[in-house]
Amino acid sequence: MIPAPFAYARPTTVDEALEAVASGGEDVKILAGGQSLIPVMRLRLAAPETVVDLTRVAELRGVREEEDAIVIGAMTTHSDVLSDPLIARYAPLIAEATGTVADRQVRHRGTFGGALAHADPAGDLPAVALALDAEFVIAGLQGRRTVPATEFFVDYLTTALEEGELLVEVRVPKLGGTWGMRYEKFNRVAQAWSIVAVAAVVRREEGRIAEARIGLTNMGPTPLRAHAVEAALVDVEATGEAVAAAAEHAAEGTSPSSDLNAQADYRQHLATVLTRRAVTVAAGL
Amino acid sequence: MTLAEEPTTATPEKEIGKARRRKEDARLITGRTTWTDNMVLPGMLHLAVVRSPVAHAKITNVDLSAAREAPGVVAVFSGQDFKEEQGSIPCAWPVTPDMVNPGHPSVAVDEVNHVGEAVAVIVGRTKSAAQDAVELVDVDYDLLPPVLDMEQAVAQGTGLCHDHLESNESFTFVFDAGDAGTGVDTEQAFADADVVVSRRFVQQRLIPAFMEPRSVVVQPQGDNYTLWSSTQVPHILRVMLAMVTGVPEHKLRVVAPDVGGGFGGKLQVTPEEVLSLLVARRLGKPVKWTETRSESLMSAHHGRDQIQYIDIAADREGNVKGLRCRILADMGAYLRLVTPGVPVLGAFMFTGIYKFPAYRFECRGIFTNKVPTDAYRGAGRPEATFAVERIMDELAVELGMDPLELRRKNWINAEEFPFTTVAGLEYDSGDYETATRQALELIGYAELREEQRRRRESGDPVQLGIGFSTFTEMCGLAPSRVLGSLSYGAGGWENASIRMLPTGKVEVVTGSTPHGQGHETAWSQLVADSLGVPFEDVEVLHGDTSVSPRGLDTYGSRSLVVGGAAVMKAADKVVAKARRVAAHMLEADEDDLEFSGGTFSVRGTPGTGLSIQEIALATFAAHNFPEGMEPSIDAEATFDPVNFSFPHGTHICAMEVDTETGMVKIRKYASVDDVGVVVNPLIVEGQVHGGLAQGIAQALYEEAVYDADGNLTTGTFVDYLVPSAADLPHFDTGNTVHAAPGNPIGAKGVGEAGCIASTPAVVNAALDAVRHLGVSDILMPLTPERVWRAIHQGGDGGGRATAGTVAWGGASTETTTGVSTDESSLGGDR
Repeated sequence: MIPAPFAYARPTTVDEALEAVASGGEDVKILAGGQSLIPVMRLRLAAPETVVDLTRVAELRGVREEEDAIVIGAMTTHSDVLSDPLIARYAPLIAEATGTVADRQVRHRGTFGGALAHADPAGDLPAVALALDAEFVIAGLQGRRTVPATEFFVDYLTTALEEGELLVEVRVPKLGGTWGMRYEKFNRVAQAWSIVAVAAVVRREEGRIAEARIGLTNMGPTPLRAHAVEAALVDVEATGEAVAAAAEHAAEGTSPSSDLNAQADYRQHLATVLTRRAVTVAAGL
Repeated sequence: MTLAEEPTTATPEKEIGKARRRKEDARLITGRTTWTDNMVLPGMLHLAVVRSPVAHAKITNVDLSAAREAPGVVAVFSGQDFKEEQGSIPCAWPVTPDMVNPGHPSVAVDEVNHVGEAVAVIVGRTKSAAQDAVELVDVDYDLLPPVLDMEQAVAQGTGLCHDHLESNESFTFVFDAGDAGTGVDTEQAFADADVVVSRRFVQQRLIPAFMEPRSVVVQPQGDNYTLWSSTQVPHILRVMLAMVTGVPEHKLRVVAPDVGGGFGGKLQVTPEEVLSLLVARRLGKPVKWTETRSESLMSAHHGRDQIQYIDIAADREGNVKGLRCRILADMGAYLRLVTPGVPVLGAFMFTGIYKFPAYRFECRGIFTNKVPTDAYRGAGRPEATFAVERIMDELAVELGMDPLELRRKNWINAEEFPFTTVAGLEYDSGDYETATRQALELIGYAELREEQRRRRESGDPVQLGIGFSTFTEMCGLAPSRVLGSLSYGAGGWENASIRMLPTGKVEVVTGSTPHGQGHETAWSQLVADSLGVPFEDVEVLHGDTSVSPRGLDTYGSRSLVVGGAAVMKAADKVVAKARRVAAHMLEADEDDLEFSGGTFSVRGTPGTGLSIQEIALATFAAHNFPEGMEPSIDAEATFDPVNFSFPHGTHICAMEVDTETGMVKIRKYASVDDVGVVVNPLIVEGQVHGGLAQGIAQALYEEAVYDADGNLTTGTFVDYLVPSAADLPHFDTGNTVHAAPGNPIGAKGVGEAGCIASTPAVVNAALDAVRHLGVSDILMPLTPERVWRAIHQGGDGGGRATAGTVAWGGASTETTTGVSTDESSLGGDR
């Protein structure tokens, strides 16, 4: 459990970090909370030439309000997310999902941005970001660009981040009042990854479901939106039957893997059950 | 206010039965102690082991040249370098005279037979230097098809695990009660029976997963060697290492310093212990090897892994008439210390607490290209208990009887003890009815049955089930004569000695080496009562063959029952010697002395007392000693039990099953155990909780899974699911006490009870919840997927996809990259 030798940089600003990444050689890995990178390095499945550690980049930490969005710094730890009042008010789904991530020790080290940039389809936060229509602010030596969640997750463990770029913050639209949210996670033991999970965000209007956004965890190489379910939940009466009927479409367009926890057909079944349960709670039923 | 002193004649509080906090815990929990890996010796070199990434292959070439030139590398060895001197890892239990043992090199020479087998060893100046060079060793493998499935392995015309053997079978062990004269003819009993129920049960492969990874340090000094190891068995290890390596036994000292758990997984002579000794001898330098968790999971021995074909015969009224067990037991690729003995230990427990008139047991040991199996908490008895407690439920269903009524009808009644079973064991004491009644009260049985009825009637998606396990097991390994009759290579006695120090403090030396059980606390309690000294004044020494030269260590719930009994016997001898000194000093007749609360006094003469501490000091001075008596009151004793002890109990599990997802959740769990006299209720409670956790883990969570190429895909704790406290329910525990007649303490043993009893209770509960939906069996562990499939698709839930669930799972470790083929569907490629 000893990593292969590597060079190490610990910048204190985003600019320094970008410089360090640019000058780090062929294979540079960015260390955020290290809860995925360090195990992979210790198992020598990754042997980067340089590790750029962002833990001292203070400007990447914290949550702030910016007009109709909240902005979460990429290096904000899960633990800080859980106690943040802005998230609790405008995006409680993030807190709910973050509370299911691993254990207390991991949540103190692991970061919001790190989990998103790692883009593990079994991770909880990618599907949540997708359901919330979050935007990803990416910094490079040439400046900053913003990528919508639907374009950020490209493939298994692969995002829109190009070589030399850093995820610096994530903008999440403020959703309060009429919006209900629920993260329905299914796993075998408390500290495990999701076998399948469903993030549901529902806007309610006078006993009706006006619109719903459904994010699916671990139903393919990337987090997915359950578009067919969403289409079936536009301006419908908020009843158990309507939700159940819509949830039957949850597996459409998914391509889950088969592994020790579940084979693909069982995952697809779980997606329908969990979607029904998540939407039911989010819709206040 | 007066200044009166506390009267010194007050009887000290009895220590036995007191819930003492464990005196060793502060150092164990903080880690500020001598874990083997904490040791640093001057000039110490570090070993890293290169392991096979393939399950079955001929080694055609090993190129060590690049590794030898790596910075910080002192030496690199392959199997060729040690083939003349490494011998074979010993198997101490030839269960039949014609048992086939293929031999087990510590480092592979010509062929590898399981993933994780050592093929070379690097010696570095630092741990990281050694580790960095692992990737530089270039081994050419000529791949052979692996043998992985026991039922296929015994079929005609199948491939061989070892091509120099004739078959994949190591042995067939048979116990037939008719032949043994302990029962009637089994075939006849089945022929005459009204009802026969047959089932195939699978005991999945498990990994002991002790907390402290294994570690070895060897220091050569002249022609002597000291070997520290994170082992359960320093005494056995010393004898075996001497035999294997030729280092004379008296030139080898073995020390098990504080050891962080074992569960049977460190009841072994490991290839790495042999290798460390060989390398230290070759180089004349101290060396250390400490495994990574990945190495531990893939190369330390595994446990369980049986396929059980069980037939039960009964009449229509539910009187059992016979039990027939045909077992395939997976040995893995090699035989280690007691590999073949594990299923054989279980042979005598398959009849459980029931009065079967006929019984036949047949077990075939099978080789596969997987890591060897060996002892794991319960070793043979969980397998047996599971089979009988599951088949009793199946019989109850067949007969339309309540599972508890069926058990009651057939179990041994309290007044029938001692009872000789059809397997020939003499059960010592107990009362199954009382334990069961108490457990039913603890769990609130009537209300749960009522709730179960309501949920069934309303078609609730969450169904409720209740499962029983009325079990017994055998502890106190072991009567040496019995072990001899089973061809085991050693005895089962235990040794202890007590040294009275001049200041009145006491040193207790035990041969039963702890690895987390709390011997120091429990032994102190025993001695405090026996000698009348304060608990704090007792120090327990263990684990070093030069400090405690005789012993047989800790496994099989034997420590208190056998090792504690030896301590009690030694204490009796100390008191007897001290009595003679006291009589001399008090100028009284020995017969007129009474010994109470640590003080000898002359009967009827108040104020004449002489404390055992005063006698210890007088012995040290030896100025005034009885004529002809050596100036010592120290004593040594060896205890060899005449019989096993038989703890028993009733475990009841209430299980919720979400029929929509297959998720199971233990709603309530109650256990009432009879472990005989309890020395420390806190330690007993801890053992019960830990045992329950492990038994429940077998039922619900843990399974060592190999893919089609023989890669261990549960290669990290991400996929080998050891549950935490967060995943387990509250345990309602109780106990009854029937003293064991076979030892002076009356204790029966508790180290394995929870682990043995709980697994069938949990599975029976899950099945009880969904049996009305047409489910009659679900393979362990009861993953949500299997439960869901059994409910909605029929069958037993079926096999699992073998791919690891995350990119870094599976057979890939830091030392080997798993070789995957299209068939193996390893993780990380999705």
